Amino acid sequence: MSSRDQILSRVRAALAPLPRRAPLPEWDRELVRVRQAQTAADPWIPFAARLRSVSGTPLTAVSDLVALLARSGWRRGYCDPVAWPALAPAFPRDFQVETAFDRTRVDDYQFGITVAAGAIAETGTLVLSDQVTSARLAALAPWVHVALLRREQIFPDITAAVTALPDDPNIIWCTGPSKTADVEGILIEGVHGPGVQVALLVG
Amino acid sequence: MPNQPLDQFAARLPAEQRASVYQSTKGTHEKRTQLLFDQFADPDRLRQIAGEIKQHVVENLDTYLPAVEAKLRANGAQVHWAATGEEACAAVLRIMQARGARRMVKAKTMVSEEIGLAHYLEERGLEALETDLGEFIVQIDHDHPSHIVRPIIHKNRREIAASFEREGLGAYNDDPETITRRARQFLRHKYLQADVGLTGANFLSVESGRIVLVTNEGNSRFCLAATRCHIALIGIEKLVPRDRDLGLLLNLLGRSGTAQPLTVYTEFISGPRRPGQPDGPEEMHVVFVDNGRTDVLATECRDILRCIRCGACLNVCPVYRQASGHAYRSVYPGPVGAVLSPLLAQGNFAALADLPKASSLCGACNEVCPVNIPIPDLLLRLRAKGKEEGAPLASAGAPPMGAWALLASQPTAWKAALAGGKLLNYIPAKLLPVPALRAWESRRSLPEWRGGEFRRWLRARRRAAERKPAP
Ligand code: SF4
Repeated sequence: MSSRDQILSRVRAALAPLPRRAPLPEWDRELVRVRQAQTAADPWIPFAARLRSVSGTPLTAVSDLVALLARSGWRRGYCDPVAWPALAPAFPRDFQVETAFDRTRVDDYQFGITVAAGAIAETGTLVLSDQVTSARLAALAPWVHVALLRREQIFPDITAAVTALPDDPNIIWCTGPSKTADVEGILIEGVHGPGVQVALLVG
Repeated sequence: MPNQPLDQFAARLPAEQRASVYQSTKGTHEKRTQLLFDQFADPDRLRQIAGEIKQHVVENLDTYLPAVEAKLRANGAQVHWAATGEEACAAVLRIMQARGARRMVKAKTMVSEEIGLAHYLEERGLEALETDLGEFIVQIDHDHPSHIVRPIIHKNRREIAASFEREGLGAYNDDPETITRRARQFLRHKYLQADVGLTGANFLSVESGRIVLVTNEGNSRFCLAATRCHIALIGIEKLVPRDRDLGLLLNLLGRSGTAQPLTVYTEFISGPRRPGQPDGPEEMHVVFVDNGRTDVLATECRDILRCIRCGACLNVCPVYRQASGHAYRSVYPGPVGAVLSPLLAQGNFAALADLPKASSLCGACNEVCPVNIPIPDLLLRLRAKGKEEGAPLASAGAPPMGAWALLASQPTAWKAALAGGKLLNYIPAKLLPVPALRAWESRRSLPEWRGGEFRRWLRARRRAAERKPAP
């Protein structure tokens, strides 16, 4: 007997004596509604507030992004080829921005600009997917990740986002910079992923 | 002298370590509770429903497993089945050999700990590198995790800094930020050189075949961005019926485990990358692991298979807080481990038969469990099993009950003992000949002896009933 058949027959044998099986409960989405959830007409406002509370950086103007990068001396980076033409005019000439991510030089990129597939207001989460966010590494390896987000892409909460998962083999929700508390419970940001997570409102 | 194995571990635990385990578990537990009750109108109802969903899955694995297998195949993943830990390791080895792969990067997965995968691969000359910071440190120290969410809760920064120095990761520096940056630098090149990325799964949706992975550091994302082959090692109980149910479970998991509304990274993976995508595995394998789970399914303890490995029961447990994780001598410590470890030990139940006794049955674990597992009930069932099977450890540390049994079966002797017990109110406990009583008295005082009250009450009640005229 194959391991598959062996496991399945053991499962059937284990369950056979049960007089009845536990039914699948229906549950109302109100159950997971977070109290005092901010219901602003503009979903960007609660999203930005939550993003800040998980030490992310919400921005609304390209010039703010350029200023942030320049201030820290982050001038080498990657930008998704789809997004670059619109952003390029705002970037001074001393920036070196590539539109193809070379995985043999991961440490050369200080920032990566990619396009978000969505966001979740209640948690300050950015949604990335393979189809919309072309390069997984470019959104992960550089110290700064900038996700371009449109207002109408923002879901109110986890339940709304999970029921609208796109048909894509790889979707990731990013809620603030990467972090750990493994060493003595002390919170450190920027472990394997970005230490700075920016959401830039566009459109 | 404490004579339960767990007590002995607790007694040997350095005071500093006990204090830090205590502080950090208590801190996380308190934040968890505040977050849940501040944010939800009825968090206990949430836990109940989540528990019902997972119980439904556990009791319907016979239909769900073939269904999710078909879904995974349709999504382009290859599905393997492993009845034992050994088979699971061998399946992973075969996948690697077929690709000529030599280097694996691993995200944190409890099931790989359970089956000893890294060790198995290393013995065969392959590299299997842990990438979660805590697990990485456990690996370089040849140590064991002591908490399912916080693997190095038992280590301090000085020990870690010394390990990093020994491993050539830079001169001694015990600043946690420096430690983290050094691991970042070292590991990012390892991801890029690796052939295979191995993950577990927090959930697997039967409806869509999506694997859900929840992390904070971004290491599992790196494993799946840089490598060309993804292997997911999944316990057969990890299924969730619908994507919609993930909404409920994700709301509970981060809050229960680390007091976060959502962990930093939540990944949904439903297959290899599509043609034209620059990054990500072109091959995806799912290895379903039984390794004793079907045995658990056949017992009255099957509710433990609901567990989503959040660690909340460890954080709240007064025993875990004193003893730390290694005291449980198995991969799963704390209350969940006290149930699961002896059951998964299969032929070795007797060696862990003391664990179900390592509990005051206070019920806190049940109260915090996001899937509402009645852990105290399960512990009682396992205590009975230990006794029935005559496992010596199932009685370790129990005061001898022979004298009590004798008294309790002889009414005259019992009455005499009740009267004689009054002496206890006058004799200092340290002079008593019963070690269990002396141990009790060393930390607490005995309540005043009031033996016989119940019998007096019962007599009075009977007399009153007799006096009343029959209706
Ligand atoms: S038993 Fe419950 S509380 Fe404990 S780890 Fe599992 S899910 Fe969490």
